[in-house]
Amino acid sequence: MRTLLILLRKEFILFSRNKFLPKIAFIFPCMVILVISLVATMDVKHVGVTIVNWDKSKLTSDIIADLEASPFFSVSLENTYGNALDNIERGKTDVILEIPMDFQKKLETGNSTMPHISANGVNGTKGTLGAKYVMESVMHTIAEFKGVGLPDHTSVSYLYNPTLEYRNYMIPALMIMLLIMICGFLPALNLVSEKETGTIEQMNVTPVKTHVFVLSKVMPYWIIGIIDISLAMLIAVAVYGLVPAGSLFAIYLAALLFIFVMSGIGIIIANFSSKMSQSMFLMLFVVLLCVLMSGLLTPISSMPDWAQYATYVLPPRYFIEIMRSIYLKATPMRDLTLQYAALFGFAAIINTLAALTYRKQK
Amino acid sequence: MAATEVITADRLTKRFGNFTAVDAISFKVTRGEIFGFLGANGAGKSTAMRMLCGLSMPTSGRATVAGYDIATQSEMVKRHIGYMSQKFSLYGELTVRQNIALFAGIYGLKKLEIKERCASLAESLDFTEEMDMPVSILPLGQQQKLSFSVATIHNPDIVFLDEPTGGVDPITRRQFWELIYKKAAEGTTVFVTTHYMDEAEYCGRVSIMVDGCIKALDTPSELKKEFKAQNMDEVFRSLARKAQRQ
Repeated sequence: MRTLLILLRKEFILFSRNKFLPKIAFIFPCMVILVISLVATMDVKHVGVTIVNWDKSKLTSDIIADLEASPFFSVSLENTYGNALDNIERGKTDVILEIPMDFQKKLETGNSTMPHISANGVNGTKGTLGAKYVMESVMHTIAEFKGVGLPDHTSVSYLYNPTLEYRNYMIPALMIMLLIMICGFLPALNLVSEKETGTIEQMNVTPVKTHVFVLSKVMPYWIIGIIDISLAMLIAVAVYGLVPAGSLFAIYLAALLFIFVMSGIGIIIANFSSKMSQSMFLMLFVVLLCVLMSGLLTPISSMPDWAQYATYVLPPRYFIEIMRSIYLKATPMRDLTLQYAALFGFAAIINTLAALTYRKQK
Repeated sequence: MAATEVITADRLTKRFGNFTAVDAISFKVTRGEIFGFLGANGAGKSTAMRMLCGLSMPTSGRATVAGYDIATQSEMVKRHIGYMSQKFSLYGELTVRQNIALFAGIYGLKKLEIKERCASLAESLDFTEEMDMPVSILPLGQQQKLSFSVATIHNPDIVFLDEPTGGVDPITRRQFWELIYKKAAEGTTVFVTTHYMDEAEYCGRVSIMVDGCIKALDTPSELKKEFKAQNMDEVFRSLARKAQRQ
C-alpha cells in the first residue's frame, strides 16, 4: 500500500512536469464536445436543388416558392436539363427537379404525370434524403393546390429526441472517444516510454509487486478520465442544454467500468510493444475498431449479420448503449443489467490478462 | 553451500533462438568480494548479469544469488540486490532527492531513514543545490555516482554494476571506484563489468568472457602470471583475439 502511494506520487510529479499531457487532458474533452459533435453530423441540411421548369403555371410557381421557403434547400433555376446536370457534376447542386410541360393542365384534366427528380448518388445520404425531402415538399404543394389532404398521410413523431437532433445522439457516445484516448492511449504510451528510456528496468529489478506497479500506471488516468467525463457533461449542459435524463450514478458507474476496460487494453498493448510507435499503431487499430464497429457512428442493426455478432466482443458497444439509453431515455439501471454485466466481465478478463502479460523477468 | 558464497552459477545458459548468448558458465563469488566481469562487446556479460538480477530467465542451468534461485525465487533475489544498468535509468524529470526517496521507499525504508540517507549522500557525493535539480541536467559523471548510490541505497548484499564508468572522465572514474571500495568495505559484494583494464586491476578476482564462455577466472596477479603478461590489458587481448563472434 505504501509502495503504491510512493509510485503514485512519482506518476503525478512526472505528469505535472510534462509539458504536453496536462494540457491535452483539459483540451481534449472541450474539443470532443464543442467541435467534433458539431462536425460529425449526419443531419442533411442545405440540399442544393436545381429546378428545370417547362411549365410556367400557378402550380409550379407554388412548388418553387415552397421549396425556397424551406430551410433544407438552397434552390437555383436552370433552363435545360443539361445545364442542371452540369451543376451536379461541378458539385454545385445535389438534386434536379424537372417539371414537365403543361404539368398543371395535365393534373387538372386527370392525366397521370409527375415531375422528374434525379439525385447525385455520390454523397449517398445527401442525395437520397434530399430527393425524398424534395418529393415530400412537391407532393405537399400539389395536395394543397388540389385542396385535399395527403393520401395515406402517416405521421411520425420521434420519441426521446423529439427534434431528431443528431447532436443529442452523438454527445453521449462521443464521451467514449474521450475515455478511449485518455484512459487507453495515455497509460499505454506512459508505460512504453518507460521501456524506451530504460527506467522500467530499474523498477523491474526492485521487489515491487507487478500489480502495484501496473496500478500506479493506470490509476492516475482513472482519475483524469472521471474528471474529463465530468467536464464533458458540464460543457454539454452549458453549451447545448443537454442534461442527462437518467441518474448520474448510473453514468459514472458505467464510465468507471469502461475506464477499467480501456486502461487494461492499454497495458496489454504496452506489454507487447517495445517502442512507442508500435503501441501507437496497435492502439489506433483498437480505436478504429471501436469507432467503426461499436455503433458510435452507424447503427449496429444495419450491419451485416456476422458483423453484428462481432460487435458483442467490443466493450464500447455496451458503454454506448448505456450512455445513450440513460442520457436520452432515463432507462433505469435494472433494464441495462446485461450491459453493465458485460462491461464488468470485460474489465475483469482484460485486467487479469494485463497483469499476466506484464513480465518482470523475460 | 558455504555461507560465504553469495553468487553461484552452474552451467548457466541463455539462448535467443539459435544464438547462444551465454554458454554454460559456472563460477562462484564470495561475500565482500569485488568481482570483475570482463569481456568484449557482445561476449554475453550483460545478458549473464541480467539473468543474475532476475530480469532475464535462464534457458538452462541454474544460479543462486544471496541464497535464492534466480529462476524460481527471483522476487526474493531482488530484495537483496542492487542493479545499475549500462544505460542511465533514473527518472530524469525527478530531482535527485525525489529519485532517492522513490527507490528508498520502494525498498521499504522509513521516512526518517530516507531523510538521513539523503543527507549522508549529499555529503558523500558533494551535492548541495544539486539535490533539488532534475537529474537529467546533471553531468554524466555525477549521474553515474548518483545511480550507484541509489542502487545501494538499501544496503544490499550484492550490487551489480553494468559498465558503470563508460564515458566517464578519469578523475570521476577514480572517485567512482572510491565509492565502490567504500561499499565493499561495508560488506557489500560488488559484481562489476568494465572495459577499462586499469579498473580490472582494482578487482579482487576477474573473469574474462569470450563468445559466451568464461575463458579465465582468477586474481589479476595470477592471471598475469598465467598469461605471462605485463598487465591486464595484455591478458585481455590474448584471450579476446580468439573470439569467433564479431
